[in-house]
Amino acid sequence: MLTDIAARLQALFDQVHLWCSQSAFWSGVFAVGWSLFKVVLIIAFMVVNVLVLVWLERKVSARIQSRLGPMRVSRPHGWAQSLADMVKLLGKEDIIPRSADRALFVIAPIVSFTAALLVYVVVPMGPSAVVSDLNIGMLYLAAVTSFTVMGVLMAGWGSNSKWTLLGAMRGAASIISYEIPMVLAVLGVVMLAGSLSTTAIVQAQSGLWNIVLQPIGFLVFLAALFAELNRVPFDMAEAESELVSGFNTEYSGLRFAFFFLAEYANLVALSAIGVTLYFGGWQGPVLPPLAWFLIKTYAFIVLVMWIRWTLPRVRIDQLLSFGWKVLLPASLVNLAVTGIYLLWV
Amino acid sequence: MTAISEVRPVPGGLGEHELLVNMGPQHPSTHGVLRVILRVDGERIVEARPDVGFLHRCFEKVSEGWTYPQVVPLTDRNDYVSAMTNELAYVLAVEKLLGLEVPEKAQHLRVLIAELQRVASHLVWFGTFALDLGATTPFLYAIREREHILDLFEALCGARLTYSYMRIGGVRNDLPPGFDRRTREFLKLMPSRLREYENLFMKNRIYELRSRGIGRVSAEEAVAYGASGPTLRGSGVDWDLRRDEPYAAYDRYRLRVPLGRNGDVYDRAYCRFEEMRASLDLIEQVLESLPEGEVRAKVPRVIKPPPGEVYSRVESPRGEVGVYLVSDGGPNPYRVKWRAPSFVHLQLLPLMAKGHVIADMVAIIGSIDIILGEVDR
Repeated sequence: MLTDIAARLQALFDQVHLWCSQSAFWSGVFAVGWSLFKVVLIIAFMVVNVLVLVWLERKVSARIQSRLGPMRVSRPHGWAQSLADMVKLLGKEDIIPRSADRALFVIAPIVSFTAALLVYVVVPMGPSAVVSDLNIGMLYLAAVTSFTVMGVLMAGWGSNSKWTLLGAMRGAASIISYEIPMVLAVLGVVMLAGSLSTTAIVQAQSGLWNIVLQPIGFLVFLAALFAELNRVPFDMAEAESELVSGFNTEYSGLRFAFFFLAEYANLVALSAIGVTLYFGGWQGPVLPPLAWFLIKTYAFIVLVMWIRWTLPRVRIDQLLSFGWKVLLPASLVNLAVTGIYLLWV
Repeated sequence: MTAISEVRPVPGGLGEHELLVNMGPQHPSTHGVLRVILRVDGERIVEARPDVGFLHRCFEKVSEGWTYPQVVPLTDRNDYVSAMTNELAYVLAVEKLLGLEVPEKAQHLRVLIAELQRVASHLVWFGTFALDLGATTPFLYAIREREHILDLFEALCGARLTYSYMRIGGVRNDLPPGFDRRTREFLKLMPSRLREYENLFMKNRIYELRSRGIGRVSAEEAVAYGASGPTLRGSGVDWDLRRDEPYAAYDRYRLRVPLGRNGDVYDRAYCRFEEMRASLDLIEQVLESLPEGEVRAKVPRVIKPPPGEVYSRVESPRGEVGVYLVSDGGPNPYRVKWRAPSFVHLQLLPLMAKGHVIADMVAIIGSIDIILGEVDR
């Protein structure tokens, strides 16, 4: 039945497309409308995932810590907790500190949110289910993920508070030390696939997943991922027990919700990228591609959560030296080995 | 915005690249209302000055207006994480002033309860210490195990935090039925749980990186500053009042005293952690050899000690709790002076923190295990 509906929708879409292409004006409208539709779709996908994730994180952490987690808001297992939280956040007073840099303070959450949103553009959820199959997909990704730190820096500086400033500086200081190894690790995958396009990377893994061919690269990627996501053991910019709440200390209400949303949206996006790069993306037997994609992504997310709730936090200088002295050489070795493999095998 | 340095001048002034940061009194990891004024260069601490007094309750002055037995519940509020040990310190002082003979069984019960309290207190320390270093899960685990001890205490005296169980001349009551069995169950459970904590946190590589060589205090410095308890033993000084100056019935039992070597965060934490094992061992010994008899000596309704002064001290989970008591022969103490180990250890903070970064600061505060109720009194 699903395929039936899909076919009908496809037919409708084709008809509208055909009708629109008859005049220049309408084809323009169609192009804009279609893009907007995609954007709305991404945001919807992102928000739904975040709502599920916030609940899931609390459940997973509760399981690890032998608690129950949310149980009160609707049955079973308080699934509506995130909705209630969101409503609560919307009802909060929007406070902008008097001494804050208003413009930066207001823009920062939006920058963070947008940066998270942009990653979704190149995440392939099925053979043709990708918003835009850029032929420089991975390059685009490397550029866009660095954007998150802009939001952190703007928020930390704009709040004009010492704790937020320290958080922002940590974020800015650590980014180079984990972004470079991350990009170099990803390069190994790109070499194997012979393409920067994410769809091509997934297709290249139809036989063997990259995790088998690139174990070192994967570990480097995973370590850098934690720094990128601001999660324990590398949650430098937030570090609740050290910097109160780091860069977002001064935020409340909707603006805080944006940071929160961005954080979890990033978690989904980067986990999806991890799955794309190392676990064969949407490929898998029997089930449809989208199902495989979601299963793998969520498995990856649970792994990330598991590590977060187990480990203590490293110190900022330890993260920097870890990035430069361990991750960078490891990613270079990985790159060299991949090169030799491609040459000789 | 007016900088804080303009409102309250910093002694010596701020350097060109320096920043004055207030850590606390509202900060997640200062364990209460401690304020530390940090002069930082980037994140590196140039100077740390603790500022205390936010929780001052006039304990010592209030005690002068109350009768001797009435002060017992007050002492609970000093170090609320190990209330039993505080009561013990106080009642021992009053008994010394009175020259009172305490029944044998009461003495053994005091050891039993004080050691259970030590384990409970160290569990809270372990949890919060892990929390300071960014690991949230050990906290929940430690609180789960502490719950067993609180349940035991609840069965014993009805209260879970402020007990008033130690009384002048003995203890409030004998052990309730089932206490022995439940304590043995707890003893059986704990070793595996402690191993779990070790696997999860104490032997974690990241934890070692965070704690080794941080906040070092040499043995000489520790002694000079009057440190005691695990903070002193972490620096390698072998001094434990329970063994070296036994009170209650401690002289009847074997006690293992874990020692550190380097006096850093790791060694202090190691001492505290191993003390839990030593205490569990001690509890088992007490359960094996608990005598029969009265638990409370006959004391007059109105206690009027002869004029004089005493100093009595016990080994609390944090260090030496000392009570200096002066009597003028009346029903109220003339003067009560409380020596709180947390307060003494806080003076070591500037020494420990210097040259480290803010992230280490929370580890250091965690490793000396301060209780602000005791610091400010």
